[in-house]
Amino acid sequence: MINLVWLIPVLPLAGFLINGLFRNSLSKGMTGIVGCGVLLASFILSLLIFGQVRQDGFHAVTVTLFDFISVDKLHIPFAFQVDQLSVLFLLIITGVGFLIHLYSTAYMHEEEAPHYARYFSYLNLFVFSMLLLVLGANFVILFIGWEGVGLCSYLLIGYWFKNIEYGNAAKKAFIMNRIGDLGFLIAIFWMITQFGSVTFTDVFGGAKSASVGVITGITLLLFVGATGKSAQIPLYTWLPDAMAGPTPVSALIHAATMVTAGIYMIARSNALYSLAPVSQTVVAVIGLTTALFAATIALKQNDIKKVLAYSTVSQLGYMFLGLGVGAYTGAVFHVMTHAFFKALLFLGAGSVIHAMGGEQDIRKMGGLRKALPVTSITFLIGCIAIAGIPPFSGFFSKDEILSAAFAKSPVYYVIGLFTAMLTAFYMFRLFATTFSGTFRGTHEQEHHLHESPLAMTIPLIVLAILAAVAGFLGIPDALVPNAHVLEHFLEPVFAAGGEHPAVEVSHGTELGLMALSAGLALVVSLLAWSRFKSKPELAEPTGFGKVLANKWYVDELYNAIIVRPLNGLAKFFVWLERWIIDGAVNGVGRLVQYGGRQLRLLQSGQVGGYVLLMVIGILALFLVELFVKK
Amino acid sequence: MGITQILFWGLSILALLGAILVVISKNPVHSVLWLIVVFMAISGHYILLNAQFLAIVNLIVYAGAIMVLFLFVFMLMNLNADTEPQKNKWLKIAGVVAGGSLLLVLVAALKHADMKNQLAVMNKGEIGLIHNLGLVLFQDYVVPFEITSVLFLSAMVGVVVIGKKD
Amino acid sequence: MPINYYIFLALALFCIGVAGVLTRRNAIIIFMCVELMLNAVNLLLVAFSKMHQHALAVTNPQAGIDGQLFVFFIMVVAAAEVSVGLAIIVMMYRNTHSTDVNFLNRLKH
Repeated sequence: MINLVWLIPVLPLAGFLINGLFRNSLSKGMTGIVGCGVLLASFILSLLIFGQVRQDGFHAVTVTLFDFISVDKLHIPFAFQVDQLSVLFLLIITGVGFLIHLYSTAYMHEEEAPHYARYFSYLNLFVFSMLLLVLGANFVILFIGWEGVGLCSYLLIGYWFKNIEYGNAAKKAFIMNRIGDLGFLIAIFWMITQFGSVTFTDVFGGAKSASVGVITGITLLLFVGATGKSAQIPLYTWLPDAMAGPTPVSALIHAATMVTAGIYMIARSNALYSLAPVSQTVVAVIGLTTALFAATIALKQNDIKKVLAYSTVSQLGYMFLGLGVGAYTGAVFHVMTHAFFKALLFLGAGSVIHAMGGEQDIRKMGGLRKALPVTSITFLIGCIAIAGIPPFSGFFSKDEILSAAFAKSPVYYVIGLFTAMLTAFYMFRLFATTFSGTFRGTHEQEHHLHESPLAMTIPLIVLAILAAVAGFLGIPDALVPNAHVLEHFLEPVFAAGGEHPAVEVSHGTELGLMALSAGLALVVSLLAWSRFKSKPELAEPTGFGKVLANKWYVDELYNAIIVRPLNGLAKFFVWLERWIIDGAVNGVGRLVQYGGRQLRLLQSGQVGGYVLLMVIGILALFLVELFVKK
Repeated sequence: MGITQILFWGLSILALLGAILVVISKNPVHSVLWLIVVFMAISGHYILLNAQFLAIVNLIVYAGAIMVLFLFVFMLMNLNADTEPQKNKWLKIAGVVAGGSLLLVLVAALKHADMKNQLAVMNKGEIGLIHNLGLVLFQDYVVPFEITSVLFLSAMVGVVVIGKKD
Repeated sequence: MPINYYIFLALALFCIGVAGVLTRRNAIIIFMCVELMLNAVNLLLVAFSKMHQHALAVTNPQAGIDGQLFVFFIMVVAAAEVSVGLAIIVMMYRNTHSTDVNFLNRLKH
């Protein structure tokens, strides 16, 4: 069965080819069936493989397909690695991916057939790349997938390419990702020089004998790649802008899967990171800062998708915090739960936008609970999950990270807890403003309000169930001993990385912390709910709120310190190119032309002139022969 | 200085003078006549070198036949001094300078050559006589001699082809 | 007579011929100057033949005779050349009504 693992990415690739090549002749129905069908098949295959992997005594299997790059002593096979971590991601990607594909068939129904097929082909290509990323048995295959998802992200953000702003958002995402990818690429080259291989097992095996400085360098460069892909400070600003794409894309790529690629990569490299404490600290601090920073911005956003985008950045920061403090299982756990509830929230937002006829400003919504019952209930479940209120999934995963952070340093914990409170606050602000109170949109919109079709509500319901119950996969020891299924499952992968924090928190302390965070989350949620349910925040923010609403002016800052000097430099180079380099090239050309025009006069066609030249030539030969040569 | 030397210098001066006048005469007919003088002086040199056969052939072929042919062509075309357009002055000077410096270079190169003892004998030796030349010509050089007839034939054919009015 | 004198005399004649070729525009005069150069060479050949005869008379009474035969052949070739050359000049005159070599600038094209 495991040898058939190559089918999992190949199926979406086939879907991409079919939808991409025949997009002008396929009907919408066919496109949808192909697009969703390949994903469903992949999901079923993933389930079968999962069934095999979860048996006791399973060891990681490497499936080598062919020799990809072979230069001198360097061999990079095109190989897939099947182990607990990659199977878990396979399930998340294909499972959530299938639901989002299904949702898309309804959400994108107003598009024309060729564009509809284009959308699905991009989506399938994305899933293919993402599967390549998580299945790759070495960093090069991982990098191919890494670049592939970046490309698809670019294509899908710019899906409505006729809108220039959307195109700019796509470019922004692409370029910021490139900056991070450069770090990743350098890390790969460094690995090749250091270990002579990029295969995971070789690198992790060789890392033990390498110096700490080298490992720190490599891991930091890898982390630079991760900050680009997973939207961490300083490369996070592309993600909110990426909301220009269709909402299901935001759900799939910019919440559930692609942005977690950085988490996956670092979790995969846990053996390296555990050897480089400095890198771990950097990861934790950057993650924590991003989490807090993005959460504050989310407090004052009025675009329903922007709030979710900043919340995604913030949650990704949490995951990095988990990675940084050594709670790899916690981070991966949070990736999984986050994939469920954030996909749910985005799809719910999509359902709202669908009902509102494209309106995204929450100030113009309100009171949607009655018109959209399924959406509002599932959205509420998502909000509870992300706010960290037990027994929903977000509580367990967040709590695991927080307790690991507490074990590392209470400062981490306090900031993390504060961020969790902010999360609860802005999520319930969003929920209250959107679904309760009175409707504030136009009369026409009110008339048009309707619950979404089944193809959209079914994924919402499935995801809501998952978001509600997924947490029980990782019940902490403090509550029920030996009930942490996920930790047990992932143990072989993270064994090398020293999964357990150096200082174990006693069960009593842990219970206390859990109670504290759950209580605070509940209190803050209710506070936000009561504050915004009847009198939403409609006025333009002032003072500090304005700074938050303008995202701390980070985009402006980047424009001023990076974009503008670069533009100036580019203009200078254009000038240099036009006047100096072109001038030199043209000057040479003109000189030769001028010389040619003058020399041409020598070829007068006059016999006498030729004879004279001939005599002068003979003379010169004589002179050389008789006098110079001696 | 014996009579031979006097003759040598006299003929040499005559040849150079004639040659210069060939070049600078305005009237082409004068050039032809001066060229005949040069050929005669050279024939004189041949006689001094005891090459009587070549001296006679030189007179007959060059001074006689070829120069007459030249003269004939001039007469045919009715060319005179003012028909020849003057060349660019600088080009003329360049021509003279080039020719002069060629001479200068060759003389300078040969001046130090040690040839004081190499003499060209005069008034002696039988090789220039028609008897000896004929023997060698018709024994060792009979093939080239015959080939010259082909050369002449082709020249004749060529002249007829070129001169034919079409 | 030392051979140098003949060499210098022949060189002088030859260079006068070269200068003539370079300075005149009349094709026939140029042709005549070429003949002058040929004769300078002939003179030198005869002088060298006599020099060789003097130097090698003891071993070979015929030494140097080929030099004179060479002159003979040169005259033969010169005669043929003159006939063809003059024919070409006549032809050119017939077409251009001039013997100016500057009209012969077809080499430019």
